[in-house]
Amino acid sequence: MGIVSPGFQGRPRSSAPDLPPGQYLTEDFPVLSAGPTPRVPTDTWEFVLTTETGAEHRWSWAELMNLPQDTPTVDLHCVTRWSKLGTTWQGVSLDTLFDAVDTDARYALAHSYGGYTTNLPLDDLRGGRAWVVHTYDGGPLPAEHGGPARLLVPHLYLWKSAKWVRGIRLLVDDRPGFWETAGYHDYGDPWREQRYQGD
Amino acid sequence: MAAPTTGRVAPLTWRVARLVERRIETPTAQTLLLDVPGWPGHLPGQHVDLRLTAPDGYQAARSYSLAGPADGERIEVTVQRVPDGEVSPYLVDTWTEGDPVEVRGPVGGWFVWRTDETAPVLLVAGGSGVVPLMAMVRARRAAGSRTPFRLIYSARTPDDVIYADELRRRARDDQGLDVAYVYTRQAPDGWRGEPHRIGLADVNSHGWPPDLEPLCYVCGPTGFVETVADLLVGLGHPTRRVRTERFGPTG
Ligand SMILES: Cc1cc2nc3c(=O)[nH]c(=O)nc-3n(C[C@H](O)[C@H](O)[C@H](O)COP(=O)(O)OP(=O)(O)OC[C@H]3O[C@@H](n4cnc5c(N)ncnc54)[C@H](O)[C@@H]3O)c2cc1C
Repeated sequence: MGIVSPGFQGRPRSSAPDLPPGQYLTEDFPVLSAGPTPRVPTDTWEFVLTTETGAEHRWSWAELMNLPQDTPTVDLHCVTRWSKLGTTWQGVSLDTLFDAVDTDARYALAHSYGGYTTNLPLDDLRGGRAWVVHTYDGGPLPAEHGGPARLLVPHLYLWKSAKWVRGIRLLVDDRPGFWETAGYHDYGDPWREQRYQGD
Repeated sequence: MAAPTTGRVAPLTWRVARLVERRIETPTAQTLLLDVPGWPGHLPGQHVDLRLTAPDGYQAARSYSLAGPADGERIEVTVQRVPDGEVSPYLVDTWTEGDPVEVRGPVGGWFVWRTDETAPVLLVAGGSGVVPLMAMVRARRAAGSRTPFRLIYSARTPDDVIYADELRRRARDDQGLDVAYVYTRQAPDGWRGEPHRIGLADVNSHGWPPDLEPLCYVCGPTGFVETVADLLVGLGHPTRRVRTERFGPTG
Protein backbone atom coordinates (compact mmCIF):
# COMPACT_ATOMS: atom_id res chain seq x y z
CA MET A 1 0.00 0.00 0.00
CA GLY A 2 1.19 3.49 -0.80
CA ILE A 3 1.48 6.56 1.38
CA VAL A 4 -1.98 7.66 2.50
CA SER A 5 -3.05 11.09 1.29
CA PRO A 6 -5.12 12.56 4.13
CA GLY A 7 -8.67 13.34 3.11
CA PHE A 8 -8.63 11.20 -0.02
CA GLN A 9 -11.50 8.71 -0.16
CA GLY A 10 -11.76 7.84 -3.84
CA ARG A 11 -14.93 7.43 -5.75
CA PRO A 12 -17.64 5.25 -4.26
CA ARG A 13 -16.79 1.83 -5.66
CA SER A 14 -19.51 -0.55 -4.52
CA SER A 15 -20.02 -2.17 -7.91
CA ALA A 16 -16.38 -2.13 -9.02
CA PRO A 17 -16.01 -4.65 -11.83
CA ASP A 18 -13.15 -7.07 -12.11
CA LEU A 19 -10.59 -4.73 -13.62
CA PRO A 20 -6.78 -4.95 -13.67
CA PRO A 21 -5.19 -2.90 -10.87
CA GLY A 22 -5.21 0.86 -11.35
CA GLN A 23 -7.78 0.78 -14.16
CA TYR A 24 -11.16 2.48 -14.27
CA LEU A 25 -14.11 1.69 -16.46
CA THR A 26 -15.07 3.85 -19.41
CA GLU A 27 -18.03 3.56 -21.75
CA ASP A 28 -16.76 5.79 -24.55
CA PHE A 29 -13.72 4.95 -26.64
CA PRO A 30 -10.88 7.38 -25.93
CA VAL A 31 -8.27 8.09 -28.58
CA LEU A 32 -4.59 8.19 -27.70
CA SER A 33 -1.77 8.43 -30.16
CA ALA A 34 1.42 10.36 -30.69
CA GLY A 35 0.48 12.31 -33.78
CA PRO A 36 -2.19 13.01 -36.36
CA THR A 37 -4.41 10.20 -37.55
CA PRO A 38 -3.05 8.61 -40.76
CA ARG A 39 -5.65 8.05 -43.48
CA VAL A 40 -4.77 4.88 -45.37
CA PRO A 41 -6.93 3.93 -48.36
CA THR A 42 -7.70 0.22 -48.58
CA ASP A 43 -6.74 0.01 -52.26
CA THR A 44 -3.11 0.76 -51.42
CA TRP A 45 -3.12 -0.84 -47.97
CA GLU A 46 -0.96 -3.89 -47.48
CA PHE A 47 0.26 -5.99 -44.63
CA VAL A 48 3.79 -7.40 -44.73
CA LEU A 49 5.24 -10.08 -42.50
CA THR A 50 9.03 -10.09 -42.71
CA THR A 51 10.95 -12.97 -41.17
CA GLU A 52 14.36 -12.77 -39.53
CA THR A 53 15.91 -13.93 -42.81
CA GLY A 54 14.20 -11.14 -44.75
CA ALA A 55 11.57 -13.33 -46.41
CA GLU A 56 8.42 -11.28 -47.02
CA HIS A 57 4.81 -12.40 -46.92
CA ARG A 58 2.35 -9.82 -48.24
CA TRP A 59 -1.41 -9.45 -48.12
CA SER A 60 -3.49 -6.89 -49.97
CA TRP A 61 -6.79 -5.69 -48.51
CA ALA A 62 -8.73 -8.10 -50.73
CA GLU A 63 -6.49 -10.99 -49.75
CA LEU A 64 -6.96 -10.23 -46.06
CA MET A 65 -10.72 -10.15 -46.50
CA ASN A 66 -10.64 -13.53 -48.21
CA LEU A 67 -8.96 -15.24 -45.28
CA PRO A 68 -11.03 -16.97 -42.59
CA GLN A 69 -12.44 -14.31 -40.24
CA ASP A 70 -12.71 -14.32 -36.44
CA THR A 71 -15.08 -12.22 -34.34
CA PRO A 72 -13.39 -11.78 -30.97
CA THR A 73 -15.16 -10.06 -28.06
CA VAL A 74 -12.48 -8.72 -25.75
CA ASP A 75 -11.71 -6.28 -22.93
CA LEU A 76 -9.31 -3.41 -23.65
CA HIS A 77 -6.91 -1.96 -21.09
CA CYS A 78 -5.12 1.30 -21.85
CA VAL A 79 -1.96 2.24 -19.96
CA THR A 80 -3.55 5.66 -19.32
CA ARG A 81 -5.85 3.72 -16.97
CA TRP A 82 -9.14 3.32 -18.76
CA SER A 83 -10.57 -0.07 -19.52
CA LYS A 84 -13.40 -0.85 -21.88
CA LEU A 85 -15.13 -4.19 -21.56
CA GLY A 86 -16.77 -6.45 -24.09
CA THR A 87 -15.67 -4.80 -27.33
CA THR A 88 -16.50 -6.71 -30.50
CA TRP A 89 -14.25 -6.96 -33.53
CA GLN A 90 -13.79 -8.81 -36.77
CA GLY A 91 -10.49 -9.71 -38.33
CA VAL A 92 -7.94 -12.37 -39.14
CA SER A 93 -6.17 -14.35 -36.46
CA LEU A 94 -2.40 -13.97 -36.61
CA ASP A 95 -2.26 -17.76 -36.45
CA THR A 96 -3.75 -17.73 -39.94
CA LEU A 97 -1.16 -15.25 -41.17
CA PHE A 98 1.69 -17.16 -39.57
CA ASP A 99 0.53 -20.48 -41.08
CA ALA A 100 2.75 -20.14 -44.13
CA VAL A 101 5.65 -18.50 -42.31
CA ASP A 102 8.79 -20.40 -41.41
CA THR A 103 10.61 -18.74 -38.51
CA ASP A 104 12.79 -19.35 -35.49
CA ALA A 105 12.42 -15.76 -34.26
CA ARG A 106 11.16 -15.11 -30.75
CA TYR A 107 10.32 -11.43 -31.02
CA ALA A 108 8.18 -9.25 -33.21
CA LEU A 109 8.21 -5.54 -33.98
CA ALA A 110 4.87 -4.30 -35.27
CA HIS A 111 5.01 -1.19 -37.40
CA SER A 112 2.35 1.19 -38.59
CA TYR A 113 1.57 3.61 -41.34
CA GLY A 114 2.87 6.83 -39.80
CA GLY A 115 6.01 5.21 -38.43
CA TYR A 116 4.86 3.93 -35.03
CA THR A 117 6.44 0.70 -33.78
CA THR A 118 5.89 -1.58 -30.79
CA ASN A 119 7.60 -4.81 -29.72
CA LEU A 120 6.07 -8.06 -28.49
CA PRO A 121 7.25 -11.61 -27.91
CA LEU A 122 6.18 -13.65 -30.93
CA ASP A 123 4.42 -16.15 -28.67
CA ASP A 124 2.00 -13.42 -27.63
CA LEU A 125 0.90 -13.01 -31.23
CA ARG A 126 0.09 -16.71 -31.61
CA GLY A 127 -2.20 -19.20 -29.96
CA GLY A 128 -5.47 -17.39 -30.75
CA ARG A 129 -4.56 -14.28 -28.77
CA ALA A 130 -3.94 -11.70 -31.51
CA TRP A 131 -5.63 -10.46 -34.67
CA VAL A 132 -5.41 -7.97 -37.49
CA VAL A 133 -8.86 -6.40 -37.18
CA HIS A 134 -10.76 -4.20 -39.64
CA THR A 135 -14.24 -4.07 -38.12
CA TYR A 136 -15.26 -2.64 -34.77
CA ASP A 137 -18.74 -2.90 -33.26
CA GLY A 138 -20.18 -4.07 -36.58
CA GLY A 139 -18.77 -1.29 -38.76
CA PRO A 140 -15.54 -0.41 -40.54
CA LEU A 141 -12.82 0.50 -38.05
CA PRO A 142 -12.68 4.34 -37.90
CA ALA A 143 -9.32 5.91 -38.74
CA GLU A 144 -8.90 7.43 -35.27
CA HIS A 145 -9.07 3.94 -33.79
CA GLY A 146 -6.52 2.61 -36.24
CA GLY A 147 -8.57 1.91 -39.36
CA PRO A 148 -8.51 0.55 -41.91
CA ALA A 149 -6.80 -2.17 -39.85
CA ARG A 150 -5.03 -2.48 -36.53
CA LEU A 151 -3.42 -5.10 -34.45
CA LEU A 152 -5.50 -6.40 -31.54
CA VAL A 153 -3.60 -8.01 -28.66
CA PRO A 154 -6.09 -7.57 -25.83
CA HIS A 155 -4.11 -9.37 -23.11
CA LEU A 156 -1.50 -6.56 -23.23
CA TYR A 157 -1.91 -2.81 -22.72
CA LEU A 158 -3.50 -1.22 -25.73
CA TRP A 159 -0.39 0.52 -27.08
CA LYS A 160 0.80 -2.97 -28.14
CA SER A 161 -2.28 -3.19 -30.40
CA ALA A 162 -0.63 -1.03 -33.06
CA LYS A 163 -3.10 1.15 -34.94
CA TRP A 164 -2.83 1.54 -38.75
CA VAL A 165 -0.77 -1.62 -38.73
CA ARG A 166 1.34 -2.12 -41.82
CA GLY A 167 3.48 -5.07 -40.95
CA ILE A 168 5.35 -7.19 -38.49
CA ARG A 169 9.06 -7.81 -38.53
CA LEU A 170 10.28 -10.96 -36.82
CA LEU A 171 13.45 -10.60 -34.79
CA VAL A 172 15.89 -12.93 -33.10
CA ASP A 173 16.64 -10.29 -30.46
CA ASP A 174 14.11 -8.07 -28.73
CA ARG A 175 14.20 -4.44 -29.82
CA PRO A 176 12.09 -1.73 -28.14
CA GLY A 177 9.53 0.16 -30.23
CA PHE A 178 8.33 3.74 -30.11
CA TRP A 179 6.72 3.97 -26.66
CA GLU A 180 9.08 1.43 -25.19
CA THR A 181 12.04 3.63 -26.12
CA ALA A 182 10.22 6.50 -24.42
CA GLY A 183 10.07 4.59 -21.14
CA TYR A 184 7.08 2.29 -21.42
CA HIS A 185 7.38 -1.37 -20.51
CA ASP A 186 8.66 -3.95 -22.98
CA TYR A 187 5.87 -6.43 -22.24
CA GLY A 188 2.94 -4.47 -20.81
CA ASP A 189 0.80 -6.96 -18.88
CA PRO A 190 -2.14 -4.99 -17.41
CA TRP A 191 -2.70 -7.53 -14.64
CA ARG A 192 0.84 -7.00 -13.41
CA GLU A 193 0.67 -3.23 -14.01
CA GLN A 194 3.68 -3.25 -16.31
CA ARG A 195 3.31 0.36 -17.37
CA TYR A 196 6.85 1.68 -17.45
CA GLN A 197 10.32 0.20 -17.78
CA GLY A 198 11.21 -1.53 -14.55
CA ASP A 199 7.63 -2.31 -13.44
CA MET B 1 7.68 9.54 -36.83
CA ALA B 2 11.24 9.06 -35.71
CA ALA B 3 11.84 7.14 -32.51
CA PRO B 4 12.42 9.35 -29.50
CA THR B 5 16.08 9.77 -28.75
CA THR B 6 15.94 9.28 -25.01
CA GLY B 7 17.21 5.70 -25.24
CA ARG B 8 16.50 3.22 -22.48
CA VAL B 9 15.43 5.05 -19.39
CA ALA B 10 15.91 4.12 -15.78
CA PRO B 11 13.00 2.43 -14.00
CA LEU B 12 10.52 4.94 -12.67
CA THR B 13 9.94 4.84 -8.96
CA TRP B 14 7.17 6.39 -6.90
CA ARG B 15 8.45 9.28 -4.82
CA VAL B 16 6.72 11.14 -2.05
CA ALA B 17 5.85 14.72 -2.98
CA ARG B 18 4.64 17.42 -0.67
CA LEU B 19 2.68 20.48 -1.57
CA VAL B 20 4.73 23.64 -1.07
CA GLU B 21 2.48 26.30 -2.50
CA ARG B 22 -0.60 26.73 -4.66
CA ARG B 23 -1.39 29.50 -7.11
CA ILE B 24 -4.91 30.24 -8.27
CA GLU B 25 -4.88 30.48 -12.06
CA THR B 26 -8.57 30.60 -12.94
CA PRO B 27 -11.77 29.80 -11.01
CA THR B 28 -11.20 26.12 -11.88
CA ALA B 29 -7.45 25.73 -12.33
CA GLN B 30 -4.58 25.90 -9.89
CA THR B 31 -0.85 25.55 -10.14
CA LEU B 32 0.59 23.28 -7.48
CA LEU B 33 4.24 23.53 -6.53
CA LEU B 34 5.59 20.27 -5.21
CA ASP B 35 8.74 19.33 -3.45
CA VAL B 36 9.98 15.93 -4.68
CA PRO B 37 13.18 14.75 -2.99
CA GLY B 38 15.33 12.87 -5.49
CA TRP B 39 13.59 14.31 -8.55
CA PRO B 40 15.82 13.43 -11.55
CA GLY B 41 14.92 16.41 -13.75
CA HIS B 42 12.81 16.51 -16.91
CA LEU B 43 12.24 18.02 -20.33
CA PRO B 44 9.45 20.46 -21.16
CA GLY B 45 6.48 18.47 -22.45
CA GLN B 46 6.93 15.48 -20.14
CA HIS B 47 4.36 14.56 -17.52
CA VAL B 48 4.11 12.87 -14.14
CA ASP B 49 1.68 10.39 -12.71
CA LEU B 50 0.22 11.45 -9.37
CA ARG B 51 -1.12 8.70 -7.13
CA LEU B 52 -3.48 9.05 -4.20
CA THR B 53 -4.02 6.37 -1.60
CA ALA B 54 -7.10 6.28 0.63
CA PRO B 55 -6.94 5.01 4.22
CA ASP B 56 -8.44 1.67 3.09
CA GLY B 57 -5.61 1.18 0.58
CA TYR B 58 -7.59 2.15 -2.51
CA GLN B 59 -5.46 4.02 -5.05
CA ALA B 60 -6.18 6.31 -7.97
CA ALA B 61 -3.56 7.78 -10.30
CA ARG B 62 -3.75 10.35 -13.09
CA SER B 63 -1.28 12.03 -15.43
CA TYR B 64 -0.38 15.73 -15.19
CA SER B 65 1.97 17.66 -17.42
CA LEU B 66 4.94 19.40 -15.89
CA ALA B 67 4.24 23.11 -16.15
CA GLY B 68 7.77 24.46 -15.82
CA PRO B 69 11.29 23.55 -16.86
CA ALA B 70 13.49 21.52 -14.53
CA ASP B 71 14.24 23.32 -11.25
CA GLY B 72 16.05 21.04 -8.82
CA GLU B 73 13.65 19.08 -6.64
CA ARG B 74 10.80 21.49 -7.23
CA ILE B 75 8.18 20.65 -9.86
CA GLU B 76 4.91 22.28 -10.72
CA VAL B 77 1.71 21.04 -12.30
CA THR B 78 -1.43 22.94 -13.22
CA VAL B 79 -4.61 21.07 -12.52
CA GLN B 80 -8.04 21.88 -13.92
CA ARG B 81 -10.86 20.75 -11.65
CA VAL B 82 -13.05 18.31 -13.58
CA PRO B 83 -16.59 18.35 -12.14
CA ASP B 84 -17.26 15.05 -10.35
CA GLY B 85 -13.73 13.94 -11.10
CA GLU B 86 -12.03 11.58 -8.71
CA VAL B 87 -8.51 13.01 -8.51
CA SER B 88 -8.50 16.61 -9.73
CA PRO B 89 -10.97 17.94 -7.10
CA TYR B 90 -8.79 16.43 -4.37
CA LEU B 91 -5.66 18.08 -5.73
CA VAL B 92 -7.35 21.45 -6.13
CA ASP B 93 -9.65 21.57 -3.09
CA THR B 94 -8.42 19.15 -0.42
CA TRP B 95 -4.69 18.68 -0.71
CA THR B 96 -3.02 20.61 2.10
CA GLU B 97 0.51 21.91 2.39
CA GLY B 98 2.79 19.26 3.84
CA ASP B 99 0.49 16.33 2.97
CA PRO B 100 2.06 13.55 0.88
CA VAL B 101 1.05 12.49 -2.60
CA GLU B 102 3.03 10.00 -4.64
CA VAL B 103 4.66 11.10 -7.89
CA ARG B 104 6.28 9.14 -10.64
CA GLY B 105 8.12 10.48 -13.61
CA PRO B 106 9.13 12.12 -15.75
CA VAL B 107 7.16 10.22 -18.40
CA GLY B 108 7.12 10.75 -22.15
CA GLY B 109 9.93 11.16 -24.64
CA TRP B 110 8.15 12.28 -27.79
CA PHE B 111 6.02 15.27 -26.86
CA VAL B 112 9.07 17.24 -25.73
CA TRP B 113 10.89 20.30 -26.93
CA ARG B 114 14.64 20.59 -26.48
CA THR B 115 16.09 24.05 -26.06
CA ASP B 116 18.78 23.41 -28.69
CA GLU B 117 16.13 22.94 -31.40
CA THR B 118 16.10 25.82 -33.86
CA ALA B 119 13.14 25.00 -36.13
CA PRO B 120 10.21 27.38 -35.62
CA VAL B 121 7.66 26.05 -33.16
CA LEU B 122 3.88 26.15 -33.31
CA LEU B 123 2.06 25.42 -30.07
CA VAL B 124 -1.69 24.85 -30.17
CA ALA B 125 -3.46 24.53 -26.83
CA GLY B 126 -7.03 23.68 -25.93
CA GLY B 127 -7.96 24.48 -22.32
CA SER B 128 -5.56 22.91 -19.81
CA GLY B 129 -3.60 21.61 -22.82
CA VAL B 130 -1.65 24.84 -22.47
CA VAL B 131 0.26 23.36 -19.51
CA PRO B 132 3.03 21.38 -21.27
CA LEU B 133 3.23 24.07 -23.95
CA MET B 134 3.80 26.70 -21.28
CA ALA B 135 6.66 24.57 -19.98
CA MET B 136 8.19 24.90 -23.45
CA VAL B 137 7.62 28.68 -23.53
CA ARG B 138 9.24 29.01 -20.11
CA ALA B 139 12.14 26.73 -21.02
CA ARG B 140 12.77 28.79 -24.16
CA ARG B 141 13.00 31.92 -22.10
CA ALA B 142 15.14 30.33 -19.40
CA ALA B 143 17.61 29.03 -21.98
CA GLY B 144 17.78 32.35 -23.79
CA SER B 145 16.66 30.55 -26.95
CA ARG B 146 15.72 32.70 -29.95
CA THR B 147 13.78 29.97 -31.71
CA PRO B 148 10.60 31.59 -33.06
CA PHE B 149 7.51 30.42 -31.17
CA ARG B 150 3.84 30.90 -31.93
CA LEU B 151 1.16 29.85 -29.47
CA ILE B 152 -2.50 29.55 -30.40
CA TYR B 153 -4.55 29.12 -27.25
CA SER B 154 -8.21 28.17 -27.33
CA ALA B 155 -10.14 28.89 -24.13
CA ARG B 156 -13.84 29.10 -23.33
CA THR B 157 -13.80 32.66 -22.05
CA PRO B 158 -11.11 35.19 -21.06
CA ASP B 159 -11.56 34.08 -17.44
CA ASP B 160 -10.56 30.56 -18.39
CA VAL B 161 -7.16 31.58 -19.74
CA ILE B 162 -4.52 29.91 -17.57
CA TYR B 163 -1.29 31.91 -17.04
CA ALA B 164 -3.08 34.98 -18.45
CA ASP B 165 -0.80 37.62 -16.87
CA GLU B 166 2.40 35.79 -17.61
CA LEU B 167 1.38 35.19 -21.21
CA ARG B 168 0.57 38.86 -21.64
CA ARG B 169 3.98 39.77 -20.24
CA ARG B 170 5.86 37.21 -22.27
CA ALA B 171 4.13 38.12 -25.52
CA ARG B 172 5.47 41.62 -24.87
CA ASP B 173 8.95 40.80 -23.54
CA ASP B 174 10.01 37.44 -24.98
CA GLN B 175 11.25 38.36 -28.42
CA GLY B 176 10.06 35.97 -31.10
CA LEU B 177 7.07 34.71 -29.12
CA ASP B 178 3.61 35.42 -30.55
CA VAL B 179 0.43 34.51 -28.71
CA ALA B 180 -3.00 34.37 -30.34
CA TYR B 181 -6.28 33.42 -28.66
CA VAL B 182 -9.42 31.70 -29.79
CA TYR B 183 -12.50 31.89 -27.54
CA THR B 184 -15.19 29.28 -27.86
CA ARG B 185 -17.94 30.77 -25.68
CA GLN B 186 -17.32 34.38 -24.86
CA ALA B 187 -14.71 36.77 -26.26
CA PRO B 188 -13.35 39.77 -24.37
CA ASP B 189 -14.78 43.22 -24.99
CA GLY B 190 -13.33 44.84 -28.05
CA TRP B 191 -12.33 41.48 -29.50
CA ARG B 192 -12.59 41.31 -33.23
CA GLY B 193 -14.63 38.31 -34.28
CA GLU B 194 -17.15 35.99 -32.73
CA PRO B 195 -16.56 33.15 -30.28
CA HIS B 196 -15.91 29.98 -32.28
CA ARG B 197 -14.16 26.66 -32.17
CA ILE B 198 -10.69 26.66 -33.66
CA GLY B 199 -10.70 26.25 -37.42
CA LEU B 200 -8.61 26.43 -40.54
CA ALA B 201 -8.49 30.23 -40.58
CA ASP B 202 -7.04 30.38 -37.05
CA VAL B 203 -4.39 27.77 -37.71
CA ASN B 204 -3.58 29.31 -41.08
CA SER B 205 -3.22 32.90 -39.93
CA HIS B 206 -1.50 32.28 -36.57
CA GLY B 207 0.61 29.25 -37.47
CA TRP B 208 3.67 28.79 -39.67
CA PRO B 209 3.61 27.86 -43.33
CA PRO B 210 4.76 24.26 -43.85
CA ASP B 211 7.75 25.27 -45.97
CA LEU B 212 9.39 26.78 -42.86
CA GLU B 213 9.37 23.23 -41.50
CA PRO B 214 8.08 24.08 -38.04
CA LEU B 215 7.67 21.60 -35.23
CA CYS B 216 4.02 21.58 -34.19
CA TYR B 217 2.81 20.58 -30.71
CA VAL B 218 -0.90 20.17 -30.15
CA CYS B 219 -2.36 19.49 -26.71
CA GLY B 220 -5.84 19.44 -25.24
CA PRO B 221 -8.98 17.35 -25.11
CA THR B 222 -9.12 14.53 -27.63
CA GLY B 223 -11.58 16.15 -30.04
CA PHE B 224 -9.61 19.38 -30.08
CA VAL B 225 -6.34 17.61 -30.79
CA GLU B 226 -7.91 15.50 -33.50
CA THR B 227 -9.32 18.60 -35.22
CA VAL B 228 -6.13 20.64 -35.07
CA ALA B 229 -3.82 17.81 -36.09
CA ASP B 230 -6.02 17.10 -39.11
CA LEU B 231 -6.00 20.80 -40.05
CA LEU B 232 -2.20 20.93 -39.84
CA VAL B 233 -1.80 17.85 -41.99
CA GLY B 234 -4.34 19.28 -44.43
CA LEU B 235 -2.25 22.45 -44.67
CA GLY B 236 0.72 20.34 -45.70
CA HIS B 237 2.64 19.79 -42.48
CA PRO B 238 4.30 16.36 -42.55
CA THR B 239 2.73 14.09 -39.93
CA ARG B 240 6.08 13.40 -38.28
CA ARG B 241 6.40 17.11 -37.45
CA VAL B 242 3.03 17.26 -35.72
CA ARG B 243 3.25 15.96 -32.15
CA THR B 244 0.14 15.53 -30.09
CA GLU B 245 -0.82 14.95 -26.50
CA ARG B 246 -4.44 14.03 -25.80
CA PHE B 247 -5.62 14.90 -22.35
CA GLY B 248 -8.75 13.02 -21.75
CA PRO B 249 -11.66 10.89 -22.71
CA THR B 250 -14.00 13.78 -23.33
CA GLY B 251 -13.87 16.89 -25.41
C1 LIG C 1 -0.43 12.83 -20.63
C2 LIG C 1 -1.53 13.56 -19.90
C3 LIG C 1 -1.28 14.81 -19.35
C4 LIG C 1 -2.28 15.49 -18.65
N1 LIG C 1 -2.00 16.72 -18.14
C5 LIG C 1 -2.96 17.40 -17.48
C6 LIG C 1 -2.69 18.71 -16.95
O1 LIG C 1 -1.58 19.26 -17.09
N2 LIG C 1 -3.68 19.36 -16.29
C7 LIG C 1 -4.93 18.79 -16.12
O2 LIG C 1 -5.79 19.41 -15.49
N3 LIG C 1 -5.21 17.56 -16.63
C8 LIG C 1 -4.26 16.85 -17.30
N4 LIG C 1 -4.54 15.60 -17.80
C9 LIG C 1 -5.85 15.00 -17.49
C10 LIG C 1 -5.80 14.30 -16.12
O3 LIG C 1 -4.93 13.19 -16.20
C11 LIG C 1 -7.15 13.76 -15.63
O4 LIG C 1 -7.76 13.05 -16.64
C12 LIG C 1 -8.08 14.86 -15.17
O5 LIG C 1 -7.49 15.62 -14.12
C13 LIG C 1 -9.40 14.27 -14.67
O6 LIG C 1 -9.16 13.37 -13.61
P1 LIG C 1 -10.25 13.17 -12.45
O7 LIG C 1 -9.82 12.01 -11.65
O8 LIG C 1 -10.49 14.45 -11.74
O9 LIG C 1 -11.56 12.84 -13.26
P2 LIG C 1 -12.13 11.37 -13.55
O10 LIG C 1 -12.67 10.81 -12.29
O11 LIG C 1 -11.10 10.60 -14.28
O12 LIG C 1 -13.30 11.71 -14.56
C14 LIG C 1 -14.52 12.34 -14.16
C15 LIG C 1 -15.34 12.72 -15.36
O13 LIG C 1 -14.64 13.69 -16.15
C16 LIG C 1 -14.37 13.20 -17.44
N5 LIG C 1 -12.99 13.58 -17.70
C17 LIG C 1 -11.87 12.91 -17.37
N6 LIG C 1 -10.76 13.59 -17.76
C18 LIG C 1 -11.20 14.72 -18.35
C19 LIG C 1 -10.55 15.84 -18.94
N7 LIG C 1 -9.20 15.92 -19.03
N8 LIG C 1 -11.31 16.84 -19.43
C20 LIG C 1 -12.65 16.77 -19.38
N9 LIG C 1 -13.32 15.75 -18.82
C21 LIG C 1 -12.62 14.72 -18.32
C22 LIG C 1 -14.54 11.72 -17.39
O14 LIG C 1 -14.98 11.19 -18.61
C23 LIG C 1 -15.60 11.58 -16.30
O15 LIG C 1 -16.88 11.76 -16.83
C24 LIG C 1 -3.56 14.92 -18.51
C25 LIG C 1 -3.82 13.66 -19.07
C26 LIG C 1 -2.83 12.99 -19.77
C27 LIG C 1 -3.14 11.64 -20.37
